[in-house]
Amino acid sequence: MSILVIAEHDNATLKGATLNTITAATQIGGDVEVLVAGSGCAAVADEAAKVAGVSKVLLADNAAYEHQLAENMGELVAELGKGYSHILAAATTTGKDFLPRAAALLDVNMLSEIIKVEDAETFSRPIYAGNAIATVKSSDSIKVLTVRGTAFDAAAAEGGSAAVEAVDVVKESSVSSFVSEELAKSDRPDLTAAKIVISGGRGMQNGDNFEMLYKVADKLGAAVGASRAAVDAGFVPNDMQVGQTGKIVAPELYMAIGISGAIQHLAGMKDSKVIVAINKDEEAPIFQVADYGLVADLFDAVPELENAL
Amino acid sequence: MKVLVAVKRVIDYNVKVRVKSDNSDVDLTNVKMAMNPFCEIAVEEAVRLKEKGVASEVVVVSIGPKASQEQIRTALALGADRGILVETDEKLESLTVAKLLKGVVEKEEPQLVLMGKQTIDSDNNQTGQMLGALTGMAQGTFASEVVVDGDNVNVTREIDGGLRTVGLKLPAIVTTDLRLNEPRYASLPNIMKAKRKPLDVTSPADLGVEMTSTLSLVKVTPPAERSAGIKVADVAELVDKLKNDAKVL
Repeated sequence: MSILVIAEHDNATLKGATLNTITAATQIGGDVEVLVAGSGCAAVADEAAKVAGVSKVLLADNAAYEHQLAENMGELVAELGKGYSHILAAATTTGKDFLPRAAALLDVNMLSEIIKVEDAETFSRPIYAGNAIATVKSSDSIKVLTVRGTAFDAAAAEGGSAAVEAVDVVKESSVSSFVSEELAKSDRPDLTAAKIVISGGRGMQNGDNFEMLYKVADKLGAAVGASRAAVDAGFVPNDMQVGQTGKIVAPELYMAIGISGAIQHLAGMKDSKVIVAINKDEEAPIFQVADYGLVADLFDAVPELENAL
Repeated sequence: MKVLVAVKRVIDYNVKVRVKSDNSDVDLTNVKMAMNPFCEIAVEEAVRLKEKGVASEVVVVSIGPKASQEQIRTALALGADRGILVETDEKLESLTVAKLLKGVVEKEEPQLVLMGKQTIDSDNNQTGQMLGALTGMAQGTFASEVVVDGDNVNVTREIDGGLRTVGLKLPAIVTTDLRLNEPRYASLPNIMKAKRKPLDVTSPADLGVEMTSTLSLVKVTPPAERSAGIKVADVAELVDKLKNDAKVL
């Protein structure tokens, strides 16, 4: 068996989600090879070569892959992936975009967001917003999987010494092009990688009030997230959304501030180690999953919390 | 420009699903069903394109059991012009759905295919992308803005780091995210009118698609339950518990 892991990166550095995906690959067993497809991304390939457990790195360095457009990535992964037993990518918005395209080109099904490797053919994944866990066995010749990062530990970033091999397959589609990007700039840690996450909901009332959460977050080195209600209301941008269709997080400590706890939100954070809820509504469903609940007005409690830290 | 919208009948999003006691699947007996929320957003976007004069016809397609006609009628009441049901009682995998949709696309030749980014039952988030691969069409997934301009469509996508805009040549596929629009409610006169709109029923065999399955469900289990913890009296107690009991601060 040999497994191809598609690296998540920004042409400069390897993204942490790749390390979790590599762990899932090693649990399946067999040689783990990593494909780095991008433009001017040789440094990423060198980084991937050092990850423990990686036996080879394929580097597809071409302008066609600069923005990892799904049309080009799908074709590339389908062509390179033919010889492998498994193809894995992180369940990020990039992996979710191109991997189903590659699977269809290979005429195989795909399993999304696996959270457990049962054996080389059998995997578990959440369905119905995490209200049920399906264990599914695949008879496809190539198993194509996206991996939920929070369900697997990160592989060690150092310790490996894989060879980097250049591949010169160029797939450049004329039907799509990159136009522009607006990326959130923040000095705080990434939501999916942070040890502490503090999230605000509709109870925050407006975007300006999130400043209170930023202050607490900066004292704790935490990331700041939000519920769908807060994002839909325009308080904060979409990349802060935690939930079934937003980001899935599982930090050491998750603090839900003014969040009622809709099942769609719980699906994104209930695997956190310790959950704190602050809400003035004693009946809010968030208290049913919180380890520590404080029934209080957040506008009193949050500044008090900031001072107590 | 013709727009094709794909919709799916799923469990109503307000219903919390239960796992069957024999762990064979989830229990959908007597559960309220509805149109998948992301599909509603796709229908709304198509109807808005028609209202703006960009789309000339909105065709809605669903694949599933006979009862899926209800969801097609809902889409017709929201403003779609006609419906197609690909009727089947089989359990469908994303690749099969994509093949069936490809068959519909070849017949209807739409310039734009709109569909939800995922359904809230299987949570797969695959079908639009797979349809793109099978038809060779470009894709704009997780859309929060769709602007049609001549033979192109610019799609702003919700990505992990923020927003990204891609330019796609038509015909293209767009999958909807939550903030693309806020779907309207169907008015009673429109619900009555929808009953007289055309709805064709076809079958996988008519589309020349063989129903195969490569995934078998071994078991379905409830997730590990989290039990409610304790209530603390004030912020001081909270900080104390986090520092000394949970040791996470």
